[in-house]
Amino acid sequence: MSEVAIRIRGLGKRYMIGAREQYDTLRDRIAAAASRPFRRMAPGGFGASATIWALRDVTHDIRRGEVVGIIGGNGAGKSTLLKMLSRITLPTEGEVEIHGRVGSLLEIGTGFHPDLTGRENILLNGAILGMRKAEIERKFDDIVDFAEVGGFIDTPVKHYSSGMYVRLGFAVAAQMEPEILIVDEVLAVGDVRFQRKCLGKLDDVARGGRTVLFVSHNMAAVQRLCTSAMLLDRGRLVRVGDVRATVGAYLGGEARGGFAAAARTGDAQILSADLEDRGGRPLENPSCSQPIVCRIRFALPRRSPGTRIGIGVLGSDGTTVFTTNNADAGTTCPSGPGEFDARVTIPPNTLLAGDFHVALCLWNSAAILDLQEPALSFSVEAGGSALYAENATRKGYVHIDCAWSVVPRIEASAAVLT
Amino acid sequence: MTAQPSALAVTYIRPGARSMSFTLREVWQARELLYFLVWRDVKVRYKQTVLGIGWSVLQPFLTMVVFTVFFGRLAKVPSDGVPYPVFSLAALVPWTYFAAAATNGATSLVGNQHLVAKVYFPRVLVPLAAVLMPVVDLAMAFGMLILLMAWYHVVPPPAAVALPLYAVLGALTAFAVTLWTSALSVRYRDARYVLPFLMQIWLFVTPVAYPASMVPERWRLIYALNPMATVVEGFRSSLLGTPGPGAMAVIAVATVAVTLSAGIAYFRSVEGTIVDLA
Repeated sequence: MSEVAIRIRGLGKRYMIGAREQYDTLRDRIAAAASRPFRRMAPGGFGASATIWALRDVTHDIRRGEVVGIIGGNGAGKSTLLKMLSRITLPTEGEVEIHGRVGSLLEIGTGFHPDLTGRENILLNGAILGMRKAEIERKFDDIVDFAEVGGFIDTPVKHYSSGMYVRLGFAVAAQMEPEILIVDEVLAVGDVRFQRKCLGKLDDVARGGRTVLFVSHNMAAVQRLCTSAMLLDRGRLVRVGDVRATVGAYLGGEARGGFAAAARTGDAQILSADLEDRGGRPLENPSCSQPIVCRIRFALPRRSPGTRIGIGVLGSDGTTVFTTNNADAGTTCPSGPGEFDARVTIPPNTLLAGDFHVALCLWNSAAILDLQEPALSFSVEAGGSALYAENATRKGYVHIDCAWSVVPRIEASAAVLT
Repeated sequence: MTAQPSALAVTYIRPGARSMSFTLREVWQARELLYFLVWRDVKVRYKQTVLGIGWSVLQPFLTMVVFTVFFGRLAKVPSDGVPYPVFSLAALVPWTYFAAAATNGATSLVGNQHLVAKVYFPRVLVPLAAVLMPVVDLAMAFGMLILLMAWYHVVPPPAAVALPLYAVLGALTAFAVTLWTSALSVRYRDARYVLPFLMQIWLFVTPVAYPASMVPERWRLIYALNPMATVVEGFRSSLLGTPGPGAMAVIAVATVAVTLSAGIAYFRSVEGTIVDLA
């Protein structure tokens, strides 16, 4: 298990942003060459100030069979790292040693040609992803089944709906069997059902003992799939290791001034947290129309007056959607000592369909006693909720019951009448 | 987990051009992708056209008609004793291939940016596929040439066995040019404007509308620096029995060898950063 799959040493990539921005023509080049003696140019040929390190000093070993989530904000260097590991671009410094065949999926349907039919694109895309022709032909039926495009297989893909297009692309990619799989944020496309299907497939791959590198902004997905995580921030590897802690560090850093800012003290602790339905049965994938009960078990070893237990609900990107604690409902928390069960019920038709995390906090007037973020992750499904009766999708994280009225404007109607 | 030390291939990724440069073995391993790239371009090329593949025949044919009228009839350009239509078509077939391959090849990397930016494969497959794709058109046009030769009762001489060699030389010339232009045009988009003009000039310095024998003897070897002169003259001599390129062939082969090796070296030096510039 300790065999190394990818050894990264001091990896760095510098971009010359000047060269990327301007439209580089021979004339510019000649003009620049003519003025070169007058300017002190960097060895690269462009001013040193016009360079940016997209990634620097990244050193890490990834073991075989590890499923690594690569997380970080925009511009953190995640894609640059994947591009170098996939050999799409060369590093500026450092070295990578890769043991095994790499398959990378940086985009769904790479190389699809709009004028070619689904059948033709499967063959083409398979070849682009490094599969043998015989292999693709053997798996052809599986691909068509998985993509659910059956009747349209001989239609040019330019006539496909965008959903069909990504399903077909993913179906081909899902057949890759490399020792190391590199996946960029490809789940951002497609509807919830498709995303779930993709995650299921990735899960199978991961369970199959393959090494997977997975970039995502969907922290719930990262936590569900990955065994460890790398957190990048402005081109640096700032944290690596246990997936929960790393995701927590990322979300904590994102939610600036949140729980993470405070230090925790004492030995009071949150023991466990689970979701259940109103009847006390474990709840796996709640639906919008269901009340979601979060049960938190905590222990107070000493008397702790003014204790409060609270939760923060975070969206899949780490945004804090809302927080609530027992005092909101006028409930007082026993001051201990002892073990307690706290239950907080999120009313039905509150959380919209999507992925959420729950952060937990236990504190009293003197200090934060325990903090776990994120302690839980779950997906809410649209289910049979009335909220989705008219619109298939809704923006935002929560639904709030708002009063509405629409009536004719009195002056306006009067004006029409005269 | 069973221990399988070094059963897996180890790849090193390091800075510097060397670590990503393609090897023949790598290209050979990717031959199926090469096939599919060519296949894709052939499939897509004539989609939504009325004449379809007919264009590959029509283009050289119409050029031949124009050449026959203006150069053959009006300007009375000599044609080494062969009927002018066959004389010019025998040159237009390899020339049309070359022009298509070079034009196609120059924009190949820029045109396949989306692919190059998302997937690794030996980048050289892109210009290589661009040069191989017009071979389909070449085959069609060649069929027409054979028909025209039959029409004029021209029987190929025994020298016809050399024809594949000239065809390969033509393809290598196109590939050498494409290695340079495709890589350069990633960085300098000027290539797009230079190329049509270059092809026009190149047509004039190639004995397509006239025989190489019109070029004075003392200029002939300098003239031979254009390998297409040898290719075109070679096509004619092997199909129509006209005087062959002779010593010109030696210079042509040397020119192609030098341009091709330099082109490969240049392509290798930039392929690692093509993505960053595109």
